[in-house]
Amino acid sequence: MGAKATLARVLRARFTPLIVLAALMVLVPMLAPSSFHLRVAALVWIFALAALGLTVLMGYAGQVSLGHAGFVGIGAYAVAIGPARLGLDPLLCLLLGAVLAGVIAYGVGRPILKLKGYYLAIATLGFGVIVALVLHSEAEITGGPDGMAVSRLSLFGWRVSGALNWYWVTSGALLIGALLALNIAASPTGRALRALHDSEVAAAGTGIDVGAKKLAAFVAAAVYGAVAGGLLAAMNGLITPEAASFSHSIELVAMVIIGGLGSVFGTVVGAAFLVVLPQMLTALQEYEQAVLGLLIMVFMIFLPQGIVPSIRAYILERLP
Amino acid sequence: MSLLEVRDMGISFGGLKAVDGVSFSVEAGQVFSIIGPNGAGKTTLFNLVTGIYRPSRGKVTLAGEDMTGLAPHLLVRRGMARTFQNLQIFFRMTAMENVMVGCNLSERTSFLADLLGLPSVGRQNQVTRDKAIALLERVGLAPLAHAPAGGLPYGALKRLEIARALGAGPKILLLDEPAAGCNAVETEAIDHLIADIAKAGVGVVLIEHDMKLVMKISDRVLVLAHGRPLAEGLPRVVRENPQVIAAYLGDHGSREADRAHG
Repeated sequence: MGAKATLARVLRARFTPLIVLAALMVLVPMLAPSSFHLRVAALVWIFALAALGLTVLMGYAGQVSLGHAGFVGIGAYAVAIGPARLGLDPLLCLLLGAVLAGVIAYGVGRPILKLKGYYLAIATLGFGVIVALVLHSEAEITGGPDGMAVSRLSLFGWRVSGALNWYWVTSGALLIGALLALNIAASPTGRALRALHDSEVAAAGTGIDVGAKKLAAFVAAAVYGAVAGGLLAAMNGLITPEAASFSHSIELVAMVIIGGLGSVFGTVVGAAFLVVLPQMLTALQEYEQAVLGLLIMVFMIFLPQGIVPSIRAYILERLP
Repeated sequence: MSLLEVRDMGISFGGLKAVDGVSFSVEAGQVFSIIGPNGAGKTTLFNLVTGIYRPSRGKVTLAGEDMTGLAPHLLVRRGMARTFQNLQIFFRMTAMENVMVGCNLSERTSFLADLLGLPSVGRQNQVTRDKAIALLERVGLAPLAHAPAGGLPYGALKRLEIARALGAGPKILLLDEPAAGCNAVETEAIDHLIADIAKAGVGVVLIEHDMKLVMKISDRVLVLAHGRPLAEGLPRVVRENPQVIAAYLGDHGSREADRAHG
């Protein structure tokens, strides 16, 4: 009984996801030290960081975005263009990209967040399409469809290179992102976002400025996306408009839904699902996409709340 | 000067005058009921007063301050809270979290503090929790504080909505059919709760179909029919007004009632 009660408490504790995530980050290099594995793991952390933005926006506040990759693209190209065309420091460009994405989200969000449900989804989709289009067509600045090379990132004089170093840098970024997302969830802002998710009328009826809270969530989501995009560009050393594509937006939405909408750890699991699984399925060659699609369907049918919340609820139901 | 004054309120939907020339005023500590047959415009009047609809004419003042056409979240900040006829509960939150959201106006942390999880956020959460528990006790729901709101019975949700509205510390509270769908015991509990709220100095505006409840706890009653005021006054006076009886029972029905009463 005592052990069960402890397990229940651990599952409900606020920072459990963070501790489990940190433990995983330490374990991966021990179990899979090859640079290929580390690179895949670093990609998981980066996509999870981008998807955490959607966890705040969709999971907490219930506002759908089908253009999230647009902000990933803005962050990625800030890190690519700033050093190459303007001679700026890459790390500074990472920060500038985040600020730029936040400012653009503020400007775009004010009109479109008045829309609800499908209408908001289509408006955000339009935004993502525009970003991808600009990155495609402004070839003189962005390199066009072929993309452009990205100069090395250096953190306070330390040039980040090699799979293991990138693994630790992305791990640190994701841990910080996860901590901030967990902080919001357990705060007055988080309660306000969850409230307007359930009923905007009632949330406004308690004095919450629904428009301002939605906008804050949209800007926060954009900053998550842009930082992840900047890291992606700097780690790969090359960026193409694919980063901002519609299919990438859908992938990010799929991550938060498969992992569990509103769950921080679920977001990481969802990112791992969609980054690692295709790598494992390459042996299937032409059937890869079909099997991946099938697996997504099976998971959604049997774990409709997403992987992490469904398993968590299953365990908690069987505990005192 | 009354606490809440509504003057010559009116709105039309596509040529239909849903509310037309309604005026009333409510004092602090008073229970003011609005009754009328279905479709009389009671909820529309509520939505006009609480900023959900923008009135095409008329004026709302609270403690002398003009409130006409203010957005709902701004009205709450100036002291006007409400509940909804069709429940508007945060179903995925616990009962306590619902009431904690209701207390958000007294919360003092910034977005940045919330994001960084500063110690002030933890202290604020504790203060809000204590407040929410006190409010849940007041409406008799403290034992269900940690239950998901989605699983609570209807009568409990009605009281939960009142507790959440009280979280804003309103001067005036508008209750849209708080006893609808409640059994006799639940109605009795809501009856006591409303009396208790008014006794604490809050002005209560009540829409209710349960005439027993209305006649028992109201200080004044306004009767609406077809969007227009039909009668206003003390409960027992309004009850015996022949026009009111006619509006409720129809002309034929009221003649029947007269005959039955001899």
